[in-house]
Amino acid sequence: MKQRLLTALTAAMLVASPALAELTVVDTSYRTGPYGANGIPFSDGYQDYFTLLNERDGGIGGEKINLVECETGYNTEKGVECYEATKSAGNGALIYQPLSTGITYQLIPKVSSDGIPMHTMGYGRTSAKNGEVFKWVFNYPANYWDGASHAITHILNENGGDIKGRKIALVYHNSAYGKEPIRTLEELAKKHGFELTLLPVEHPGQEQKSQWLQIRREKPDNVLMWGWGVMNQVAVQEAVNIRYPMDQFIGIWWSGSENDVKAAGEGANGYKALTFHNLGDEYPVYDDLRKFVVDGGKAAGAGDQVGSVLYNRGMYAAMLAAEAIKTAQEMHGVSAINAAQMRDGMENLEMTEAKMAALGLPNFGPEFKVSCQNHGGNGFGAVSQWDAAAGEFKLITDYFQSDQEIISALVAEDSAAFAAESGITPGC
Amino acid sequence: MPDQLIFGMEVVLNGLMAGVLYALVALGFVLIYKASGIFNYAQGVMALFAAMTLVGMMEGRVPFSHLINAIFGTEIHHFGWHLPGLLAILLTMVIMVVLAWIVNQLIFRHLVNQEPIILFMATIGLAYFLEGFGDMMWGSDIKKLDVGLPQGINDWIDATTFEIMGYGFFIDNLDIVATGVAALLVIALVAFAQYSKQGRAMRAVADDHQAALSVGISLNFIWVMVWSLAGFVALVAGIMWGTKSGVQFSLSLIALKALPVLMLGGFTSIPGAIVGGLIIGVGEKLFEFAIGPMVGGATENWFAYVLALIFLVFRPQGLFGEKIIERV
Repeated sequence: MKQRLLTALTAAMLVASPALAELTVVDTSYRTGPYGANGIPFSDGYQDYFTLLNERDGGIGGEKINLVECETGYNTEKGVECYEATKSAGNGALIYQPLSTGITYQLIPKVSSDGIPMHTMGYGRTSAKNGEVFKWVFNYPANYWDGASHAITHILNENGGDIKGRKIALVYHNSAYGKEPIRTLEELAKKHGFELTLLPVEHPGQEQKSQWLQIRREKPDNVLMWGWGVMNQVAVQEAVNIRYPMDQFIGIWWSGSENDVKAAGEGANGYKALTFHNLGDEYPVYDDLRKFVVDGGKAAGAGDQVGSVLYNRGMYAAMLAAEAIKTAQEMHGVSAINAAQMRDGMENLEMTEAKMAALGLPNFGPEFKVSCQNHGGNGFGAVSQWDAAAGEFKLITDYFQSDQEIISALVAEDSAAFAAESGITPGC
Repeated sequence: MPDQLIFGMEVVLNGLMAGVLYALVALGFVLIYKASGIFNYAQGVMALFAAMTLVGMMEGRVPFSHLINAIFGTEIHHFGWHLPGLLAILLTMVIMVVLAWIVNQLIFRHLVNQEPIILFMATIGLAYFLEGFGDMMWGSDIKKLDVGLPQGINDWIDATTFEIMGYGFFIDNLDIVATGVAALLVIALVAFAQYSKQGRAMRAVADDHQAALSVGISLNFIWVMVWSLAGFVALVAGIMWGTKSGVQFSLSLIALKALPVLMLGGFTSIPGAIVGGLIIGVGEKLFEFAIGPMVGGATENWFAYVLALIFLVFRPQGLFGEKIIERV
């Protein structure tokens, strides 16, 4: 009995004791459920990059990274449960990357009161760009409103800068996520004189006949899409079915992975999607990923996602987190940083081309600088296009900036409303 | 002819086609409910599982390859051969029959005479098991399904309607094929139920398990047969929906589209599933066309249920369902 008690006590101590000098990073992944096909490559990329740092460099600044994975199934309640279950893991979680706008909205008050930074890269609450209000939330290098502006700027560039009277339709997931770009597009419509038609699609988006019949009747000059999961595949197929010109069909970055176009076959050729990072696997870092992670059997998944759009995005998110950790370590002169120091690292992160090249990712993402006021970067993005024959998206523009005149005003307005609701006094 | 009327006609035609696709899913529910009184929550997942198996067969994928590779450190994914669509469909049907037998042996054989809610709960468990099992067996990536069905606008209808009305109608070739397949399926199922020995036995079991047993009908055989038929219907639905959107997890959610169809057409009528599907398809599409723009759109999902509820109020057993009269 005594021996059993001792064994149980020892086991409990081992579980409860903080791991010594580790940097705990939580991956709230979703490998199951309706969005698992997208969650897997992102999570693989996110985890593989940290594994690479552990295997090749012995961690960051001499500290090993303790990766903790928690399955959310893209379910908001499960996402919150994951957060509560993992926030004290190891020496305490340093950063969250929920990959879900729904989970993000629920976690904003929690991370703010617990003092743990959250990075919502290209999703989540757009006005979190205002660091004076959202002290613990970061959404660099670009957000949904940047994306809406990127799409319109691209259409402007394609049409000699004049889109007055042009008809643009937005096919969107009828959820908080899908509705995000509407306000920005309405402001941009006023500014540039185009006509905006809104076409909501019910979750999950398996049936979109009504929306595409309307598009066929009204013949919009461009169709924009804010979709996720099966909605993307069905929309691309319906566009092919009605013979909509694919080069006038532009999806947000969450509607721009191989998963979204492959099922439609050759017909999807020419479909465009926005992005805030580069594509493909012809970067030096991939040689290291294969050598130290995939070939060594240490890949997070099956190792078959390397170089896909969403793998790259997950890997990029991990790289930005790792660079923020390095920044924090340099700022505070300690290697085993805590969550508050991590926040400082994120707030002082600067990504330059020289830095990315040194990491084996030359020209992989836009240059940007984070500050206390600006948690969202400079709003640079690019346009990619699907090449069905090659089976890959290719970047067709350089990185360009979103319309800051409109977006800054919207961010200020929305964040001020949040501050008033939440009793936050903005400031740095 | 006014433009709105022409557009409305196009919407009605597309609604009918969409309704056929809903009905294909509803048919599987009806078959099992009719024969065993079980509301099979797993019907949508069966469609997913059947479609995944079909793609796996066609592409020569090695089942459980991720698991095998993880355990043995191997790197096997494909057998190196590709099967023709028809052969793969036949093999998938065999697998669905085996699945039906296993489901009966391991679950429902032990639940004879249990309350309907217990049987329903068992199908929920089966649905979750099949979801995970399917992913483990074939992977959770989005799979392209191409069994040679035509897709895209039908040029003949487009040209003909343009000639007559000055506006070419959009009808998807895949929807036309689905309509033909559904018609054949319903005729075959009705003929089977009415005229074959096994079909009559199935109806006898549906009417009264005990009485059917007393005249020598094997309950096990009938249930395996019915689950196999439902598996076959699931395969057909999986092919049609999987061709549209690729084979992926969301395919299991098509069951949600079948519920209002069942409420409207009745849980026990094969023709009811078709008529219910057509009414729901046309109703939701017309409502979205006429009223949707005034209320912000995205009305189809809820309108289908509202329509079904209205029918329920006046005819609780559905349009073609059997009225249950219980004497005290």
